[in-house]
Amino acid sequence: MTIADTSSSARPDHTVFSRIGRAFRQVPFSVGFGIVWLAGMVLVAIFADQIRPYGITAMDLRSRLALPGTFPHVLGTDELGRDVLSRLIQSIRMSLVIAFGATIISAVFGTTLGFLAAKFRGVVEHLVLVLADFQAALPFLIMSIAILAFFGSSMSLLIVLMGFYGWERYARIARGLAISASAQGYAASVVQLGATPMRVYLKHILPNVASTLIVSMTLTFPEIILMESGLSFLGLGVQPPETSLGNMVGFGREYLTRAPWIMLAPSLVIMLTTLSISLVGDWLRDKLDPTLR
Amino acid sequence: MMVRFILTRLFRAFITILAVITFAFVVLRMSGDPAQVMLGPDAPNETVLAFRATWGLDQPIWVQYAAYIKSIFSGDFGVSMRDKASAIHLVIERIPATLQLTIPALLLKLAIGIPAGVYAALHRQSIIDRGVIFGAVLGFTIPSFVMGLLLVLLFSIILGVLPSGGQDTWQHGILPTLTMAIGGIGILARFSRSAMIEVMGQPFIRTASAKGLKWKDVVWSHALPNAAVPIVTIVGFMVGSLIAGAVVVESIFSWPGIGRLLVVSVTNRDLAVVQCILLVVAATMVVSNLVVDLLYGWLDPRLRSQSAH
Amino acid sequence: MTQLLEARDLVRTYQVRRGLFGTSTPVRAVDGVSLAIKPGETLGIVGESGSGKSTLGRMLLGIDAPQGGDVVFEGEAMPKFGTPRWRALRARMQLVYQDPLAALDRRLTIAQQIGEPLEIHRIIPKEHRAARVAELMAAVGLRPDQGGRYPHELSGGQRQRAVIARALASRPKLLVCDEPVSALDVSIQAQVVNMLRDLQDANDIAMVFISHDLKVVRNIADRVAVMYLGRIVEEASSDVIFKTPLHPYTKALVSSVPVPGKVLEGRVILQGEPPNPANRPSGCAFHPRCALASDLCRSRAPDLLAVGAGRTAACHMVQAPAVAVAA
Repeated sequence: MTIADTSSSARPDHTVFSRIGRAFRQVPFSVGFGIVWLAGMVLVAIFADQIRPYGITAMDLRSRLALPGTFPHVLGTDELGRDVLSRLIQSIRMSLVIAFGATIISAVFGTTLGFLAAKFRGVVEHLVLVLADFQAALPFLIMSIAILAFFGSSMSLLIVLMGFYGWERYARIARGLAISASAQGYAASVVQLGATPMRVYLKHILPNVASTLIVSMTLTFPEIILMESGLSFLGLGVQPPETSLGNMVGFGREYLTRAPWIMLAPSLVIMLTTLSISLVGDWLRDKLDPTLR
Repeated sequence: MMVRFILTRLFRAFITILAVITFAFVVLRMSGDPAQVMLGPDAPNETVLAFRATWGLDQPIWVQYAAYIKSIFSGDFGVSMRDKASAIHLVIERIPATLQLTIPALLLKLAIGIPAGVYAALHRQSIIDRGVIFGAVLGFTIPSFVMGLLLVLLFSIILGVLPSGGQDTWQHGILPTLTMAIGGIGILARFSRSAMIEVMGQPFIRTASAKGLKWKDVVWSHALPNAAVPIVTIVGFMVGSLIAGAVVVESIFSWPGIGRLLVVSVTNRDLAVVQCILLVVAATMVVSNLVVDLLYGWLDPRLRSQSAH
Repeated sequence: MTQLLEARDLVRTYQVRRGLFGTSTPVRAVDGVSLAIKPGETLGIVGESGSGKSTLGRMLLGIDAPQGGDVVFEGEAMPKFGTPRWRALRARMQLVYQDPLAALDRRLTIAQQIGEPLEIHRIIPKEHRAARVAELMAAVGLRPDQGGRYPHELSGGQRQRAVIARALASRPKLLVCDEPVSALDVSIQAQVVNMLRDLQDANDIAMVFISHDLKVVRNIADRVAVMYLGRIVEEASSDVIFKTPLHPYTKALVSSVPVPGKVLEGRVILQGEPPNPANRPSGCAFHPRCALASDLCRSRAPDLLAVGAGRTAACHMVQAPAVAVAA
């Protein structure tokens, strides 16, 4: 029998990564800039110890509040003579680590709950929905502030707390996709082949859900950075002697008139980083799943 | 059928509030001795003992839980350590100050954000569209504290035309309101734009204009009502944050509202007030979510016939 | 054991709620169906939507649990859905349904999916699996290079072939096909049906072929059961049913099948509404549309009784015409 062969290539080109690879060749300038910036930030975070010219608490008392460009402090110093560039580098690492850790915790937690709700329906599903409602009822900032107030601001608490940000989005997506897969779709058919539920979820549903989840992660990541910066700015997040981007802005506030660069440098980094992630995330979303908005 | 819808929503709202109260209870108990927490470390011994008795702190946990709920519903949130005034009173008297910022900010967001987004959607690829997208992106990537400080830098320090802190005259409210509004305008513009674009791409819009309707009518009677649904959700969140959304801004501008009270209380470990704010804010959000849900049911008839979820 | 599969008095109900505050009434999708399938034979189940044929198909496989009656496969009671025993039994009984695109995972290649039952049931050692997949693909008429394709890169007919190949991977003894060709172009339908028949002969597989399309069923079934509103109203060998249908409903269905070269004559056109299981008529479920309906038909539902050698029908008029008319 002759079957018209309308497909163009036999190359398997439907994994998430190969689609991204193909898309890379048609990158608009702003997105390209965003990717470069993000890559830069990640490198800074990884190699912070190596590239940092000074320790973050090293005080150069002879050059306090030095202007940027005053050798050897490229970005100037703060009121205690601490090198702004070094503190900035360390802050980038701190904020990125927290945001990464929190995003992953949030994604895993949310996806698992979403799958559980889809698989077991009934009471479990209602429980998950109630939890999601609860999360939506309390503005995250307020809840974080309250918890930090009661339990004190330790680093691990901070990361776990940030990890609760946005889980309900992943849960909703995972649940929706799992349900539609089960109802009439490939999941039902694999079950019918005799697969165990584990196999159905891990080998079939999860990979199909992955691209949507990744897009969601690019949306929550910048929000977590903003959230943590806000908390640190208020003095409730990362505590000294550790430094984070929000922290630096908070300290720089006092010297807004005399030494605005203390506050401007971290602010600029926050803005460019969140901007980059938003741009790249939007673009990724269009490429991976145009039906999403 | 509407009745069932309303009842389910009310029930869910009630459960959520109960969950928040339980959460507050758990946090309170886990973080240390509630008596110390609520009364402060310098409270005289008799007060502590009396407190423990009223709250039944020696009783099994279920009794404590019930006592806690009872006290919440009777308005007793404990006493602020700083002023020795009732926590709930302290909180309530700060609400108007916060609203003075958030309500004008919300109006600005609605008045500028939604039209900008809708206009951009209807004139894709024009200068205005690009401008709106650019502005919107800037608006929500710049964190509010940065925005606030930048505005202070520009208007108070460099230009010297607006005051930078306190609540003395109405001019003092301009910068904080502006700071809050800008981020929200960005979010609303972006959202309205994508909601409109989605609706305009639907087949029924083509049908409407093919029927010969004037473009104006197509937009106003067909596109906008449908686009309204997702926009209402976002607006709902913003309304719910009327009380809670000003935390950072109030800190920057030393505006004596609830947000500032929260931060100050946390720094002073005045936990009775913290707990009170938590519950008041949650109640506001739940109520506003409920109103949005009900509004949904009225706006979108399809949702009415479904039961809860 | 002569029967491969036996179903006795199967009943399946679901709850329907009238309005918001009304009580929920149970609706019988399948209302007391018994049938038996021998190894290697093909049973065609025919009916319109709402007749319960799809539900029956799922019950035969143990996917939907019966509220009444039971299913016995190879002499053993059907295990509960989702249990390890039920899963293991999948290697011996499989389902092919209407929409091949929905049945396939869009992220995996055809070859991976055809080979999946081999992995699940650990049938052949890993090294030999590729060969078996190639063998299956050839048996259903797919080219070897198509193994690396993704479902959406194939045509509807090719996808359904892939689904069938996957169903056959574990060498099942029973294949239930629920409208397997309804979504395909008419020209492809015949090809796929012929292919199914060849595969069946080559591998000695019993088949339950569910369809609303008589032309297709005629091609492949040894015996045919006609369903109406959850009950079997007539059952006989394929030839007999098509040449001499007895039940008024079967007569109407058969009369509408065009025969090439002849003008369609003697066509029985059914009056009345299509059946709604939530609103079951009294007595014989078919009586509102039946030209022969009598008072007996309206008051008492007929049982499925033998009306000839190897055939059964559920109709008062057919079973005892004199008695029925007089009533």
